[in-house]
Amino acid sequence: MLIELTDVRKAFNQGKPNEFWAIQGITTQFEVNRISCLKGASGSGKTTLMSMIGCLSRPTSGRIRLQDRTISSLPERFLTQVRRHTFGFIFQRFNLIPGLSVVENIMLPAYPLGLKASSLRNRADRLLEQFLLADKSDNPVEWLSGGEAQRVAICRALINDPQILIADEPTANLDSRLSREFMALLDELSKSGKTVLISSHDPVVFDSPVVDRVVELEDGVMVAGET
Amino acid sequence: MITILRKQRYFIDYTLGTMMRHKGKSLGLLSVYTMIIFMLASVMLFSHAMRSEAVALLADSPEIIVQRIQAGRSVMVPAEYLQRIGKLRGVTEKRGRLWGYYYDPAVKANYTVMVSEQDNLSINDIVIGAGIARTRGLSVGDYLTLRSHEGKAFSFRVVRLLESESELISSDLLLISSVGYRRLFGIDESYYTDLVLSVRNPREIQKIAEKLTRLLPDSRPILRAEILRTYESLFSWRQGVMLILLLGSVLAFVIFAWDKASGLSAEERKEIGILKAVGWETGEVMRMKFWEGVIISLMAFLIGYLAAYLHVFYTSAGLFEPVLKGWSVLYPSFQLTPSVDGLQLATLFFFTVLPYTLATIVPVWRASITDPDLVMR
Amino acid sequence: MLNPAILVLLMVSIIISTMLLVAATFAFRILRHWDIQSGSELQLRLERRTYLVSTLLIWAFLFEFLSLLLFIYNAESLSGQFVGAMCATGVLNLNPWGWPTLFLKIAMFFVSAIWLVLNYLDNRGYDYPLIRFKYALLLLALPLVVAETIVQWLHFTEMEPNLITSCCGTLFSADAQGISAEVSGITPAKSIVTLAISAILVIAAGVWVALRGRSGWLLSIMGAAAFVIALLAIISSISLYIYEHPHHHCPFCILKQGHGYVGYFLYIPLFLATALSLSAGFVSPWRKIVSLSQTVAEMLPVISWLALFFFIQFYLTAAWSVWVSRLTMMEVWW
Repeated sequence: MLIELTDVRKAFNQGKPNEFWAIQGITTQFEVNRISCLKGASGSGKTTLMSMIGCLSRPTSGRIRLQDRTISSLPERFLTQVRRHTFGFIFQRFNLIPGLSVVENIMLPAYPLGLKASSLRNRADRLLEQFLLADKSDNPVEWLSGGEAQRVAICRALINDPQILIADEPTANLDSRLSREFMALLDELSKSGKTVLISSHDPVVFDSPVVDRVVELEDGVMVAGET
Repeated sequence: MITILRKQRYFIDYTLGTMMRHKGKSLGLLSVYTMIIFMLASVMLFSHAMRSEAVALLADSPEIIVQRIQAGRSVMVPAEYLQRIGKLRGVTEKRGRLWGYYYDPAVKANYTVMVSEQDNLSINDIVIGAGIARTRGLSVGDYLTLRSHEGKAFSFRVVRLLESESELISSDLLLISSVGYRRLFGIDESYYTDLVLSVRNPREIQKIAEKLTRLLPDSRPILRAEILRTYESLFSWRQGVMLILLLGSVLAFVIFAWDKASGLSAEERKEIGILKAVGWETGEVMRMKFWEGVIISLMAFLIGYLAAYLHVFYTSAGLFEPVLKGWSVLYPSFQLTPSVDGLQLATLFFFTVLPYTLATIVPVWRASITDPDLVMR
Repeated sequence: MLNPAILVLLMVSIIISTMLLVAATFAFRILRHWDIQSGSELQLRLERRTYLVSTLLIWAFLFEFLSLLLFIYNAESLSGQFVGAMCATGVLNLNPWGWPTLFLKIAMFFVSAIWLVLNYLDNRGYDYPLIRFKYALLLLALPLVVAETIVQWLHFTEMEPNLITSCCGTLFSADAQGISAEVSGITPAKSIVTLAISAILVIAAGVWVALRGRSGWLLSIMGAAAFVIALLAIISSISLYIYEHPHHHCPFCILKQGHGYVGYFLYIPLFLATALSLSAGFVSPWRKIVSLSQTVAEMLPVISWLALFFFIQFYLTAAWSVWVSRLTMMEVWW
């Protein structure tokens, strides 16, 4: 197993009248080299859960283990270090920084690693080629179409060569043809050895044949998808 | 180590790019910052240069000046005082000086009149300062007419103009011969304006001054060291007062910087959120913002200080003229000798960069702790 | 005294005190509520606030260091305004607050250096093992800073321009009374030999700590001793060679332009070296903590080599100023 969650809970506005438990005790595991999908309506807690798995935030209680390391009690400084070597993120709205060129956006996650400029640039160029963006490399990201922006976001997620890819509602801004293309890309990545975790309420995603496992969430609890 | 340096380079690159993308904001901040440094630096450079000018001038002056005091006012010194002083151990030279002021109603200004020994002037010769030459429209060979104490007109021929190198002092200066001086002001051979003594060994000055007050009870010895001390504290006091007045503007700048740093647009906030989400750490975002501060401060400091330097030493502090001149009407168009002082630079740094840094720490921190999962919500 | 540099020094010390007060209130909260295992929102807030507080402290300590330099430089330049003062000694002698200000500033310099090293170390342990220790130490530093602010305020506000002060010639002379006189009275031969011995010991300790990667306290003790001995040697003999005058013992006149600012080349490496060797003793005990052991193993040699580098720089400068001096002290030596 790769990721192990034990009774994970997350509260917001703790101790205030509007206290709210977004995740209320989830225990499960995610395996290596699979495509798993978190399914649920908006507000079901899937994004919160994804952000905890992806080291973007810490659970209020419970334990998350990544391989043999407990990450749920790491302070942010070290959580970030784990995150940038292990996880690549693809966001719903792509979240590219306008005003920067395609290649600059892709290299952004690698800046804090202090790599040699030329080898970083090479790595970005290889990814751009792989995703058929080589001729767009110096364009500002505002000029890209939806599908291209999605592919740039994938390149950015891959720049630090992470083991695990996390995609949050990746198809929300894509039409069904582009969505299916995206799923095919994920399948390729999975075959090349990446573990993929998607959150979605889009049937194109969770009914896709490439998805190995679907976990369903409702109001912060798992209702289906035990292995 | 190399990795750390490379990391900083990436941060600098990134922050430069960000500043270019938000040009309006960066330029606004930079220009206000530069203005503040320009003002403070001008004040400091100007008063420092004035002080060093005065000190340089005093360097050649004699160690002790003896004045005669009668009824609490200084009066002419009888020439026989030189004999009464006699031989004092340690005094290498003693002589009487003649000088005074002349009010010229034509230009409503006071000239300083001094007797020059070196120039070998004849009774009708005169050397004038550039200020007088300008206002009276005189050049070498022209005649300058002064009214003597009896009301008679005295014409002097201008033989030379004083170089404007130290025009601050010499602008309103007239040099004439001692005979001419005595005729003009009606002072006979037995009087001097004051006496000056040169002393080689600085340790003996105090002793000699004590002996002088004993030998000549109605005299007042003025020590060069005392004048220097007075100058020093006067100038640094003046500078301090100016700075306190300018402190208000520094404070306004601090509030402005705080406001600029904390008033992040939604776009900038999202940008930081993205950085956090893709793997930048709070400390690294702060580092990036730190470099922004360094770049802004450095540029403002360099531009502001350079502008102040040019302002003070090449336009002769043109902007301060009305405030600072306080000399006679013959405001000298002087060129101050450029001088930069380490203490002054450090002081200026503390007065500007420190407040700016402090003003930005909290806003920068606030921006940097943006939740990394913000972009997913 | 409305001198700009004085205004700056007063302003800086008040700002630093305020910053440390803010940090101290936070330190109390850390001591009470810190629990790294918890994911509660309080804990998350505390963790985020550590970024702010340590940034504040880094700046505060940096400015503290700069203000030490400015203080000495300013005392030098003020000396022209007081009867009898030829250098910083005279200005510090003006009232009873001058010397305490200087000593407090020096103490603060060492404390801040140690704190910064500890902070750097702690930030590399994934469970922040030193956080309580670090903030407790900060609470101890607070009174130092506040005392410095008050004493410095008194020093600058009670400067009487007409007061006749005594300068280095009288304070640092073998015929006078007090510690400074006794120090000046040490014979050059004795002080130079002691300096050489302390140099050998501190270098040996540094090499040992750097190679073995433990027992940093050894370097701390040797470094502190070498620091004191070096200061005594500067007063009792090195200054004589720099001034080329057999009876001028002042530790400040060497900062003057007339002596090529050689004092800065002596004092800055010496102070840096001492600060580094003191912090070595604060780093090495944490070797046994799991999350820190690797960082300690990496850091301790770096600190030790750096300390040695600055110590050697100091010794070479000192040796050089004796070597080029035209002063020969035959009768004193033999």
